[in-house]
Amino acid sequence: MGVMGLIYLYNGHIKICTEDVAQTPATSVARFCQISYPIWQHCRQQKDFCDSLAGSGAEFTTTDRLPAHVCTCCWRWSLYGGFNMAKILKKNKVSTKGTKKTLNKNTGTEKTPEKSSSAKRRERKRKTVGKLKGTLKTTKKSPIEKLDLDNVDEDELLNEGEEIIPSEDEGGSDDDRKHQKLLEAISALGGKKKRRLAERSEATIQISEFSVDAKGEGEKINLSDLIQTIAKTPAVSAQTKSHLKKLKLEEKTVDSPLTKPETERIQRNVAFQKSSEEVSRWQSIVKQNLKAEQLVFPLNQEAPGPKPLEQVVCGWKARTPLEQEIFRLLSVNKQPINDPVLTPIEEESLKAMSLEDAKIRRAELQKARALQSYYEAKARRERSIKSKKYHKVQNKAKRKEFVKKFDEMLKSDPVSALEELQKLELGRMKERMSLKHQNSGKWAKSKAIMAKYDDGARKAMQQQLEVNKDLTQKLATTLSDEEGEDDGETSEPDMLPDFVNEVEPGQDPANPWMRGQLSKDPVDLTEPSVPETAAAVLISEDEEEGPEETEEEGLLRGFAERRKQRQEQEAENEAAKNQDMEVMTEENKAGAEKAVASHDAADADIADDDEEEEEELSKFTNLFQELKDSRMEAEASAMVAEVSEPECAQLQQAMFRIKSLEDMDLLDQEEQADPAEPNAEAPQPAPLESKGADKKRKRKRGIDLAEVLTKEATVINVPLAPTAVEGAEGAAHGQEEQRDVIKEAFAGDDVISDFLKDKRREEEAGRPKVVDLTLPGWGEWGGQGLQPSKKKRRRFRLKTAPPPPRKDGGLASVIISEKRDSSVSMHQVGALPHPFLLPEQFEVTMRAPVGATWNTRQAVKKITMPKIVTKVGAIIQPMSRDDLLKHSRKQEEEGTAGEPKKRKAPQRKRSQKRHKKTKN
Amino acid sequence: MASAEVALKHTHVEKKKKVSERYWQGSGEEKKDEAPGGSHVPGDQPAPLGSQTNQQTRASEKKKKYKAAERHGKKAITRKPDPFPGSAPVPEEKRLKFRRKMKIDQLPQYLTKLRRVVASSQAESEITEKESARHDQLLLQEDAGFLEGDEDEDTCTISQEDIADAVDITAGAKYFNLNLSQFGPYRLDYSKTGRQLLLGGRRGHVACLDWQTKQLLCEINVMETVNDVKWLHSEAMYAVAQKKWLYIYDSSGIELHCIRKFNDVLRMQFLPYHFLLATASATGFLQYLDVSVGKEVAAVGTKAGRLDVMCQNPQNAIIHLGHSNGTVTLWSPNQKEAIVKMLCHHGGVRSVAVDKTGTYMVTSGMDKKLKVFDLRSFKPFQSYFLPAGASSLALSHRGLLSAATGDIVQVYRDVWNTPVKKPYMAHKVHGAVWGLHFCPYEDVLGVGHGEGFTSMLVPGAGEPNFDGLDSNPYRSAKQRQEWEVKALLEKIQPDLISLDPGKLSQVDYATFKQKHQDKVKVLGYDPLARDKFKPRMRKKGRSSTGGVIRRKNQVAHEDKREIIITTLKEKAESAKERKKNNNGQTSAVRSALDRFKKRAAP
Repeated sequence: MGVMGLIYLYNGHIKICTEDVAQTPATSVARFCQISYPIWQHCRQQKDFCDSLAGSGAEFTTTDRLPAHVCTCCWRWSLYGGFNMAKILKKNKVSTKGTKKTLNKNTGTEKTPEKSSSAKRRERKRKTVGKLKGTLKTTKKSPIEKLDLDNVDEDELLNEGEEIIPSEDEGGSDDDRKHQKLLEAISALGGKKKRRLAERSEATIQISEFSVDAKGEGEKINLSDLIQTIAKTPAVSAQTKSHLKKLKLEEKTVDSPLTKPETERIQRNVAFQKSSEEVSRWQSIVKQNLKAEQLVFPLNQEAPGPKPLEQVVCGWKARTPLEQEIFRLLSVNKQPINDPVLTPIEEESLKAMSLEDAKIRRAELQKARALQSYYEAKARRERSIKSKKYHKVQNKAKRKEFVKKFDEMLKSDPVSALEELQKLELGRMKERMSLKHQNSGKWAKSKAIMAKYDDGARKAMQQQLEVNKDLTQKLATTLSDEEGEDDGETSEPDMLPDFVNEVEPGQDPANPWMRGQLSKDPVDLTEPSVPETAAAVLISEDEEEGPEETEEEGLLRGFAERRKQRQEQEAENEAAKNQDMEVMTEENKAGAEKAVASHDAADADIADDDEEEEEELSKFTNLFQELKDSRMEAEASAMVAEVSEPECAQLQQAMFRIKSLEDMDLLDQEEQADPAEPNAEAPQPAPLESKGADKKRKRKRGIDLAEVLTKEATVINVPLAPTAVEGAEGAAHGQEEQRDVIKEAFAGDDVISDFLKDKRREEEAGRPKVVDLTLPGWGEWGGQGLQPSKKKRRRFRLKTAPPPPRKDGGLASVIISEKRDSSVSMHQVGALPHPFLLPEQFEVTMRAPVGATWNTRQAVKKITMPKIVTKVGAIIQPMSRDDLLKHSRKQEEEGTAGEPKKRKAPQRKRSQKRHKKTKN
Repeated sequence: MASAEVALKHTHVEKKKKVSERYWQGSGEEKKDEAPGGSHVPGDQPAPLGSQTNQQTRASEKKKKYKAAERHGKKAITRKPDPFPGSAPVPEEKRLKFRRKMKIDQLPQYLTKLRRVVASSQAESEITEKESARHDQLLLQEDAGFLEGDEDEDTCTISQEDIADAVDITAGAKYFNLNLSQFGPYRLDYSKTGRQLLLGGRRGHVACLDWQTKQLLCEINVMETVNDVKWLHSEAMYAVAQKKWLYIYDSSGIELHCIRKFNDVLRMQFLPYHFLLATASATGFLQYLDVSVGKEVAAVGTKAGRLDVMCQNPQNAIIHLGHSNGTVTLWSPNQKEAIVKMLCHHGGVRSVAVDKTGTYMVTSGMDKKLKVFDLRSFKPFQSYFLPAGASSLALSHRGLLSAATGDIVQVYRDVWNTPVKKPYMAHKVHGAVWGLHFCPYEDVLGVGHGEGFTSMLVPGAGEPNFDGLDSNPYRSAKQRQEWEVKALLEKIQPDLISLDPGKLSQVDYATFKQKHQDKVKVLGYDPLARDKFKPRMRKKGRSSTGGVIRRKNQVAHEDKREIIITTLKEKAESAKERKKNNNGQTSAVRSALDRFKKRAAP
């Protein structure tokens, strides 16, 4: 036996130790004391047994190298620890009885060395059990263990399961037993293991249901109980004893594991904290998105529109091997890669150009641009010239030039000349294919009609045909023919002629480019002509005034002259009027003045008189309103009947009269309709006034309608007198005129009373009617002349609530219809939509229209902006961690920029706090 | 310094010859060149150490910021921040013009959704207000001016010839006379854009022309009496009220329709947003023709005899009719009776006109009066006496009133606010005035008279800012077509014509009340009613009957108090105002007998 291993219990586990470990017994003992509770408990039950075992410690000293006492100690503890552990493992399979027997046997009989072999086997068995336990419960595996595993025989391995089975006939049928065990093992490997009921081995009062001896179950075990034996055994060193004492004092036991729900709760808590931390990181971005006026999905879209070239070029990378190869070559040859137009250094150098340089460069560019535009303009102009002759000449010149060139070409460059020839041939082919110049077009047809009579048309047609002939003629080999057939198409003006650089005549002379280049002065055709014409106009306008007078002065003078003339005229008029006024008698003064007013109201002198007159007039009309004499009324009504359609009827009459197309003044007729002189108003009896006043007081209405109507009127002076006044009418129309006047005077009153009646009727109709439900004769005497009693009437006459006050309540001269307009109410909102409770709230929101008709385009865009915009067809990915990072970075920057001061302050505070914490 | 001068003296030619260097050509050399030059500027003195470092740090900070800005795609053009970020603020006074009445009482906290809705609508209206004010500031810059005479010179004495001479040629060309004495007095109408003019002679002559270019579009003689002419929605069609029927012609003079349902039409009005042609006939019928579908919408018998005075309120499309009994009646196609009937004149009403805002109505009657009414309250504003009476009236976009008395056309300025004494302008034409019309968006008044037509200049008459989407005087044919389609799509139904054009946005109170009552019946309580105060039940005998009543009364008193306080405040304010108005006219000390004095009507 080379190296001997030791089995001992450590921390509730069985371990195998080598000699070296065992050499430090103190530590082994210390560990040894930490055997977990259930084992101890079990140990205690077999205390006596253990003691007896300890007594025969010598037997276990299989190794002579170890000191006996240490060895026995180890063996002893390890023995029963291991034993019991095995029992626990096997649970019900264990039969302590059997083991006891064997042990007893051992103790009793096997003291002879012959029998040591069986003891050895047992020992080995124990070893294996212990080892198995080790493999089961500990992850650590020492190399020695492996060694031991190797040592274990096959049969012993098989025996593992039923090492408890009594080995009474160990000497005899060993093979049979082996065979049986093998079978059993095999059967055990298969299906379920047979469970054997535990056998009771000890007589106890309490019987555990777990087939374990329940002796001393209720008692609590102390460490002292366990170490009692140590004190008795002198073999235990003092050191270990002291250790044990210390342990006894400490009484430190391992906490019992937490229950499942408790551990789960803790786990859940931790998980929640972690995940909430994770989620709260998104809080700000989510809040921001909720608050955002508009969200555009997908979120990280590139800005629309064309990107700057540099960005595109820089962003591009060579990916394919070909590209890479090309780029490698480029970089080797130091070619520009990114910006093929301008290298950065070039740009720099451009920027670094001095001001002067830049100016000169700019000027050059300007010049080039200007020249180009001039040339373009010229070409355009030429193209738009319609003159045939001009084009003919032009073409001829071009042709000549072309011929010259062609000649030269023949000498210098025959190849290109040939090309030219081919071009010509192509043109001929085209011409033959097309219907051009065939006299088949619209124009040609019209000309054909005219050709009979018109020489020009005939000629034009002939020309066309000639052209066609020319073009379709086959090319002769000689050059002379080709020249003739040269078409306009062939002479393309694609090469820039020399005159591009020349300045057009008649261009702006102020242009420095023109000035610089041109030797001949630009023809000043337009410039000087303008002032000339202006001057001419001036002269024509006021020839008499002489040349030194300006236009404005002339105008002013004209005005002044005209004004003077007018004033003179007016003065004359006034004089005439004054004469008239002298003639006027006193009694019809008002009327006369009125006439004068209508004659010429521009006069300021008469304006005052006019006002007075108007006042009088209003008084008179008032009087007339009060006058409700039957006679007058009758007369008035008659008048009304006659002149109800005053103006138009008369006008129509006039129309019939004028049918002769004579130069009749229509105005006269019109003036008849509204006579200018209310002369009749003047002879008014004075006493009537008081009478009228009395009646006025009697009026029911608070506001006098007539008064409203004859409100003080402002008299307006008209500067120009209507030409058609009373002059033409004179005495012939006197009667008619008077009638009109009377009508005018009394019509008003009639109108007012009619109107009042109308209004009263309306009001009556609107008033709610009283429902009379009285039954005469019920409960009292009935009959003719008898009325139901007051009490009854009060009770049975139902009065409905008075309607809301009329809209025209305070307005005497207005009737406003109270009828409901159902057509609009059809379109109105009858019931309020959800969040609104009162109509006012709804109306307020309705008052802000959104449409483009009422708002500016910008405003409409802003108002109707959708909350979420999605791109059609684009996949909307969830927000990634990058977004979060970007967002946080942005926020940080905002914070550092110091834009929101309010936000910043608390942050600083927080950071200060943090500092304090760290200090603490 | 010297080096700089030398550098300046170099000509560009030399420099140009230098081939611009490429970066792969000896970049190292360049660096060498740069290194001394960059670090040592000859004239520069080394700055004190502290300041230098400060500057450096500052510069680095700036750079950092700049870089940060660049990183986020904001390309800063200049490194300086904009001192006035955002758009320019709009002054409050300008915004006031576009303010909508959004006043609402403070809503209780628990009505979260309602509060949100109201707040968002208020925010929207704020946006619109701001935007429109901003654009108003920019776009509506044109303003109308008026003719101003010299000292003690009346503007009405200035003749048309003088004005035409004084103004520029194009404006001067707008004063012209068409001598058409043959076919009697002319009625006229300008198209909505003001470009086309339609003339209708009493004796059958109908002509339409582009009056600015004087280009005649068509000229026909219908060989019948013509009562009135009117353009329809565009310048492609017009209606002519002839002796018997109503006819519709197109702009080339081709008769499109003869509408037999409309007979004896005397006057016409076209409602452009409703596509309605309203006609008033000699038989006393007011009829509406829907021009877009060609149907008669309504025919109302006014029972007021011959209707030859008519005008429309451009604000609410109500038709005003003047009658021979001195009343003016207001009509809509939806009601068979007059909405409003006003007694305006003693004699018959000769002419009526309503201003663009629909606030003022001007009438003239046989009693030679010219009256201005406020259409909001139907009260008379001003009353003028015209010696000859006004036969026809017209109001311009800017509120100038033209009145024709006989053969004189007078133009008045601001007739409603201050009583005018003199006309603003006056002009005499050759025959009796038959038709008056201000040209839209032009300072021109068209006068149709017995001798033809006169276009006179009235400075300040036309609205200078036109709405290009509504009526663009410069529109092309294509634009007109597009406008027509849009206008037809936005056509307002005749149902919606009512005195208050904003009625559609209001809740129908009658049905609302009815529905509410039904709801109350069903529920058994009023959900809108403010719940009564119920005193809390107190324990331990502290909730005695008397105590409960006392608490109830307390709350009731508080409510009452609020009302009283507000009324008192109002009273005090009104008293103050009255005092201001009186301005010490009445003696401060009131005698005891003063209370018996009759109070003057307010």
